[in-house]
Amino acid sequence: MTNHWVDIRNANVILSMGGNSAEAHPVGFRWVMHAKERNNAILISVDPRYNRTTAVADVHAWLRTGTDIVWLGGLINYLIETGRFHHEYVRAYTDASHLVEEGFGFDDGLFVGYDPETRTYDKTNWNYQKDEQGFVVTDPTLEHPRCVFQLMRQHYSRYTVDMVEQVCGMPRKKVLQIWDLIAQTSAPDKTMTILYALGWTQHTIGSQIIRTGAMVQLLLGNMGMPGGGVNALRGHSNIQGLTDIGLLSNLLTGYMGLPAAELQRYEDYMKVRTKQPLLPGEVSYWKHYDRFFISLMKDWYGDLATAENDWLYDWLPKLSQPLYDVLYAINQAAKGEMTGTICQGFNILASFPHKDKVLEGLSKLKYFVIMDPLEVETGEFWKNYGEYNPVDPATIGTEVFRLPTTCFAEDDGSITNSSRWLQWHVKAAPGPGESQTDMAILAGLMMRLKKLYQDEGGAFPDPILNLTWNYTNPWHPESEALAKEANGRALRDITDETGKVIKRAGELLDDFSQLRADGSTACGCWIYTGSFTEAGNMMARRDNADPYGVGTTLGWAWAWPANRRLMYNRASARPDGTPWASNKAYIWWNGERWIGADVPDYPIFTPPSAGVGPFIVTQTGTGHFFASEQLNDGPFPEHYEPMESPIDRNPLHPDNPLAFHNPIVRVFPSDRDHFGTNDEFPYAATTYRLTEHFHFWTTHALLNAIVQPEKFIEIGEVLAAELGIAQGERVRVTSKRGLIEAVAVVTKRMVPLQVDGRTVHQIGIPLHYGFKGVARPAHLTNSLTPFVGDGNTQTPEFKSFLVNVEKL
Amino acid sequence: MRGDQINLQNIVARSASITPSPQVRQGGVEQVTKLIDVSVCIGCKACQVACMEWNNTRDEVGHCHGVYDNPIDLTAESFEVMRFSEYENEEGDLEWLIRKDNCMHCAEPGCLKACPAPGAIVQYANGIVDFNSEHCIGCGYCRAGCPFDIPRYSERDNKAYKCTLCSDRVYHGLEPACVKTCPTSAIMFGTREDMLDYGAHRVEHLKGRGYENAGIYNPAGVGGTHVVYVLQHADKPEIYSGLAKDPQISPAVEAWKGITKPIMSAVLGASVLAGFFHYVTKGPKEEPEDDPDPENAGRAREIDRHDGEDRP
Repeated sequence: MTNHWVDIRNANVILSMGGNSAEAHPVGFRWVMHAKERNNAILISVDPRYNRTTAVADVHAWLRTGTDIVWLGGLINYLIETGRFHHEYVRAYTDASHLVEEGFGFDDGLFVGYDPETRTYDKTNWNYQKDEQGFVVTDPTLEHPRCVFQLMRQHYSRYTVDMVEQVCGMPRKKVLQIWDLIAQTSAPDKTMTILYALGWTQHTIGSQIIRTGAMVQLLLGNMGMPGGGVNALRGHSNIQGLTDIGLLSNLLTGYMGLPAAELQRYEDYMKVRTKQPLLPGEVSYWKHYDRFFISLMKDWYGDLATAENDWLYDWLPKLSQPLYDVLYAINQAAKGEMTGTICQGFNILASFPHKDKVLEGLSKLKYFVIMDPLEVETGEFWKNYGEYNPVDPATIGTEVFRLPTTCFAEDDGSITNSSRWLQWHVKAAPGPGESQTDMAILAGLMMRLKKLYQDEGGAFPDPILNLTWNYTNPWHPESEALAKEANGRALRDITDETGKVIKRAGELLDDFSQLRADGSTACGCWIYTGSFTEAGNMMARRDNADPYGVGTTLGWAWAWPANRRLMYNRASARPDGTPWASNKAYIWWNGERWIGADVPDYPIFTPPSAGVGPFIVTQTGTGHFFASEQLNDGPFPEHYEPMESPIDRNPLHPDNPLAFHNPIVRVFPSDRDHFGTNDEFPYAATTYRLTEHFHFWTTHALLNAIVQPEKFIEIGEVLAAELGIAQGERVRVTSKRGLIEAVAVVTKRMVPLQVDGRTVHQIGIPLHYGFKGVARPAHLTNSLTPFVGDGNTQTPEFKSFLVNVEKL
Repeated sequence: MRGDQINLQNIVARSASITPSPQVRQGGVEQVTKLIDVSVCIGCKACQVACMEWNNTRDEVGHCHGVYDNPIDLTAESFEVMRFSEYENEEGDLEWLIRKDNCMHCAEPGCLKACPAPGAIVQYANGIVDFNSEHCIGCGYCRAGCPFDIPRYSERDNKAYKCTLCSDRVYHGLEPACVKTCPTSAIMFGTREDMLDYGAHRVEHLKGRGYENAGIYNPAGVGGTHVVYVLQHADKPEIYSGLAKDPQISPAVEAWKGITKPIMSAVLGASVLAGFFHYVTKGPKEEPEDDPDPENAGRAREIDRHDGEDRP
């Protein structure tokens, strides 16, 4: 979230799209209800289904799954052409005025630079024009034909209301009604918040859907504002922490990146990663990349990492693939090119698409380790569970080890929520039986690996043998010790620019401005600096005082970065430093410094007259409509159809087959045979969670099983009548990849949509239920879903695929 | 909430009993009310789970019946269920009306009037209508007497059960479990006066949002209820999964209460006496360790086992 849970109550309009917040986040949803009560806020629900959020929404519209960019792109067009955007904000705080290189262009669904052979773009021309000093050329009048504003206007001129109606299947009257409500938040005293979740992420165009939402918010001047923002409601209590701490294969901690194979030299890596300002005087915070990176290497390798050996850059792995994501790993395993796998807290058989392929991959491994508190499906992939897992164990040679872990309440630690709050929790009970904490298991693995390397040597033992491991009990590092390591400490006395000592050697750091690029600081995760200081464990704080009455409780736990609760909050004030509106006052310039309800996201002594931009992490200080080369599929989001589409063309580019699906979609050749067509599988399906369950965990809990015991699908009354399916009857759902059987929930909440000249029926499939646990056994939903991912994040397309349905 | 609000001496009505209630302790007890605001409810069923946890009941793992409702109906182990109904309003717009169904704690409780077992059903001064299971004889008359069809008979122990409004929690100054767990504050609890005030405020809010017929459901036919709803369409309570439009205690129950009951009580008294003589002459019934019905016993053990395992 750019904002935070409690801040939702400051909104005037709440757009719930690409998520079903009441369903998946019922506790956080209280703030939506507060906004309705306090501000008379309007809740808008746009979704393929009329869902639990819709039940309390003021306005609702059905949308065909996977067409969000068309709807949001149409909204951008509407806001620009009606002039209902926040003009001063857009001029002052965004890149609308920046000129784009002449070589950039877009034609018939493809941006310049596309290579159909490699299915990648050469992004060289996707950039701003620069002057001889290397600064971006701008036109503050926004009239230059090459300025971002005009290019954006031109790009979305194709996204007319008619096009939205045709592609999304939403009647134009409804479209215009909702857009009008949203446009009202272009006023400085009104804000809209966007709440989204995996309904936006899990598409082959997922990253770009989210970006389109961010562009809408920039146009409306809702970024950095209380009650505004683009807010990802994270689906797992600590999934924010997972990305923060860099647990994706291409990441280091704090959103630093692991180098690609071509960056063998430290200088080359730093050149790519260090971002210098592209406008004079701007902050461009990633210019300090060296401080974060060197402090990380000092944390890992201590005294061994020196300037002379490039801080042991050579010891870091270099990526030969863009990333070793889960799709890649499964594909390798299925090809028989992977020896073993450790699954930690990951029920991969149930959670990843195309179950048969996952099963094939797991069955070809030599060994497989599962770490989980529960006996999940994945640990028993080799076992025959009748129709739900019809395997022959005799044919599977994989050796499987189950390591029972504790769950969150059985260990101390922090959980980072969607609001970026690190909240410390204390062990409440010992784990059952032989379970051990994840930390103890991994530390044990590390100690054994180290010993093996010591005893037997190996090809490259140095990074393991020399890893800093100074824990009281090396077999079980304490949570607090790890938290302090993430925070970082001074290795020598460090001084400010006047030479005054600000930290003594050994002391914990207060914030990331104290990190140094000379090896005098060590820090495990720079964005977490300040979470555990000499003053104590900031994450354990529980002061809910809210002195400004805006829901900002700076004494409650700790938020990254720098305990800041609302990102880009400088944008809540006008360029002159006064709030845009008195009811939205958040931080402001008091003549000497920035003050207000939050930690300013800005240099606190830089006066408004200096003209420094509010988005201090970008190189221009502005919010970007134009993504430059940051995304793989284009600087402006463009609609492409899901990999399995209920229509036969992309109505935006009917004659260009290359622009039917995302041109850079993540797909492996062997999976192309496993995509179905709408002749055979006529219905558009989408998957989701239910309030009563959390993935495949709570089907092991009796109470949850009681309140939602059995797998079902949701099907509209019209289609059910056509297929002769009555309420509560059993049906079989098939896709090109497999089948499930379930009870039919026949409902008015799903309706046929008119799309591109045909009728499209949608089917809703909850992802829960498997063959383990106390709920009724069922086929895994991911038997159906396609093995294809977003071209940026590799996230699978769980939300849009094709199925057929028949009565049993 | 003060503990004396359910002082056991503060019983104001008692089933099948002509013994007058204690009169000396007066005042200090305020009437309580639970308010369920249907317009704020997201149907998450957290209340259902909290209810089972607090009362330590575990219903069966049933089936999906083609709707979100589960368990599909109230049982002796589900004192409340959420009922989901899809309603197309006059403008043709769809509304998904989700109502938490449980005992309404009537000011004039039909169950209490119908109950032939002395003291099995009581009404406290604070308004809570409670079942004292040790006195229940399992005749099922309470269900017949209830205009909301709430009490359910248990095959396990031949007794009737329903929501107690967490009288045990309220006695100790706590709100009912469902109220405590509700994430959107759709369920509120407090003095009757406060809740009706709050309900009136919510009704005004809903009217401001275009729900002209919003109102509080607090039906006069049973003397008002200590569980009230805020409804978007108070003129049509029946659209909320058949909420009674004008609930009344059945005339048969009134008649039974007025005339038949003393006679029936005498008959029941005779059978109790017969039991007593049976006990004296034949000795106590052997109490088996487990339920004699192997299926029930198995289930009881299963429940015990899960109690320990039901970790979050």
